[in-house]
Amino acid sequence: MPATQQETATQWPHRHLLGLAGCNAAEVSLILETAKEFRAVLERPIRRVPTLRGITICNLFFEPSTRTRLSFELAEKRLSADIVNFSSKGSSVSKGESLLDTARNIEAMKVDMVVVRHRSPGVPHFLGRSTRAQIINAGDGQHEHPTQALLDLFTLYEHHRDLRGLRIAIVGDIVHSRVARSNILGLRMLGAHVTVCGPPTLLPHRADALGVRVTHRLDEALEGCDVVMALRMQLERQNLSLIPSIREYHALYGIRPDHLRRNVDMLVMHPGPVNRGVELASEVVDHERSIILDQVTNGVAVRMAVLYLLATAEQRGW
Amino acid sequence: MQDVLIRNGTLLDPVTGDVRRADIIIRNGIITAVGEQLPSSGLTPYDAAGKFVSPGWIDMHVHLREPGLEYKETIASGCRAAAFGGFTEVACLPNTEPPIDSAEVILAIQSRAQGLPVNVYPIACVSKGRKGRELAPLFELKTCGAVAFSDDGSPVQSGHLMRRALEYASMLDRPIVNHMEDLHMGPKGHMHEGAVSARLGVPPVPALSEESMLARDLLLAELTGGHLHVAHISTSKSVALVRQAKASGVPVTAEACTHHFALTDLAVEESGFSTQTKMHPPLRSQADTDAIKEGLEDGTIDAICTDHAPHAAFEKNVEFTAAPFGIIGLESAWGLIGRHLVAEQHLDVAAAVHKVCVAPRKILRLPVPEIREGAHANLTIFDATTKWTFAARHIRSKSSNTPFLGARMTGKAWAIYNNGQLVDNGD
Repeated sequence: MPATQQETATQWPHRHLLGLAGCNAAEVSLILETAKEFRAVLERPIRRVPTLRGITICNLFFEPSTRTRLSFELAEKRLSADIVNFSSKGSSVSKGESLLDTARNIEAMKVDMVVVRHRSPGVPHFLGRSTRAQIINAGDGQHEHPTQALLDLFTLYEHHRDLRGLRIAIVGDIVHSRVARSNILGLRMLGAHVTVCGPPTLLPHRADALGVRVTHRLDEALEGCDVVMALRMQLERQNLSLIPSIREYHALYGIRPDHLRRNVDMLVMHPGPVNRGVELASEVVDHERSIILDQVTNGVAVRMAVLYLLATAEQRGW
Repeated sequence: MQDVLIRNGTLLDPVTGDVRRADIIIRNGIITAVGEQLPSSGLTPYDAAGKFVSPGWIDMHVHLREPGLEYKETIASGCRAAAFGGFTEVACLPNTEPPIDSAEVILAIQSRAQGLPVNVYPIACVSKGRKGRELAPLFELKTCGAVAFSDDGSPVQSGHLMRRALEYASMLDRPIVNHMEDLHMGPKGHMHEGAVSARLGVPPVPALSEESMLARDLLLAELTGGHLHVAHISTSKSVALVRQAKASGVPVTAEACTHHFALTDLAVEESGFSTQTKMHPPLRSQADTDAIKEGLEDGTIDAICTDHAPHAAFEKNVEFTAAPFGIIGLESAWGLIGRHLVAEQHLDVAAAVHKVCVAPRKILRLPVPEIREGAHANLTIFDATTKWTFAARHIRSKSSNTPFLGARMTGKAWAIYNNGQLVDNGD
């Protein structure tokens, strides 16, 4: 069980969870400590508590999602919240209704919290300004995916008592990855050393501005590395001249069994869904040092913690 | 016609920098006397004590949206915004519907502007329909009153067409105004490529897309001798390229927008992705902003404009990547110039006025108004010291898409007089 070595905040001070950019280490620790309690709830025979009874939550997904959405829904159900789901492929604009109108309609149905995923960065911020509901960012474009980073941090604490000084390599398509951005913020906040690794075409032009070490060589990234996080490779990237081919990508940046043999303590993480044989060799996915399924399990507990803390913050009033 | 006596003002000559205390009498739109202690009988007095009076200002880059997009702005509302900003004249860009690529559209704009206190000079298209394929009838457009040619937001991509446009326009003694952007430089971006876009994950616009197109156009201007005017220059390398070209005698001029020295790309982050911080070219880095100020200071950048680009609230009140580019700028222009250029001592008052009065008119081959007996009265009354806060009540435009609500301003345009009308902005 994780026991963060960080100072922990006593209460959650924000109305929304828009990203990790607005949080500090003590607040992140509060979420992780709270998640620990919910993790225990999930081990009980009856995995349900009445904490959010009477609270209505809308899962507003403008982008397809399987695990994040299921994970939020499960978290909401385990907390006894009322749930409505809204999903739409593509942007609301293409359907003729503006995002603002969609949000106002949902608000008119007296929804307390909105869990939103959208392809455009900043949508949670926009909704936070323009509706009364509390907003949780479930992924905004290439910007942030804070609950994914939180569950990754939680999972890391199951294996390391302290993240300070821990060496983490994030490998793959950094420029398009909201998971990478949120993880970099969270990991740095808690004292880990982050290296990002990928071809220059998949790194932001100013990757140095993220406060990380940058390398294009996988061997260099993995040297002395405690945990490698591989990112999902969008297969269509090869058509945009970002990589010549998936085959070449795997040859340069795929994590293979020999990497695990050379680095005997290194853990493997992945936000899913995995392309077997692309970012991770199939054997690596199933390796005993792969903690990918732990990430998924912890996702529910972490999201329960976020929902619970936001609801209690709201009860304190603004 | 309002016959007025402008009393106790300080007349400022933006060319020489000379100032002198004098009263001005205007009858039937004509200055009939300039001197001390003039009699006020039968005249509406305007007390200009503590204020400057200069030849009227011009914003050479505005979007008036008429014809076709009147829900964003009309010529009348845009001119009210101009008057509030101290501008007696504007040059309007051709991305209307239909675009300004025919005599008829120019005549329609001129007829709508008839009788307003602000003169409107159309900038016509370089190519038919702004499609970048065939030259628009440049001679006919010039004859009707086009002061320059530009495809603006759809910049001329074809080097061949740009060469022909510069050659042909040189015969007509009119500049080609290019919005410098190589559209092939990257996928569609929404903010400046740099540290902030790396953090925010917003698809970026590289500075290079401006600079590489500018480099091409500078070479074409050198080759053809045609006058190239660089619209809304925004990057440090662009400023360096223009500086170098000017030094080697290339016929090039440049303008910078007020927001490109007042804000940086940090505004996108600090505002939580506010679409009021989204414009084209995008807000750039601090180093770029510094270079713009330096370029204004050393004369590399001739003129200051606003790129006043009204959009309706419903268009801007959307997610960042879905929002249209652009902000309104006429009403806040002088307050930003005063705060960021005059108060910071990059320009003195005369030099700042020169960039909104003399330089743009030289570029557009328009006469600079004079303050002398017998001249058509076209003047701006302003100061460079009043501190005020920009608020919704100052907006005269039909749209209110601006990041400057609540921003501190230094210097105020108090009134304009033009076409026989005094527009007093009050306090």
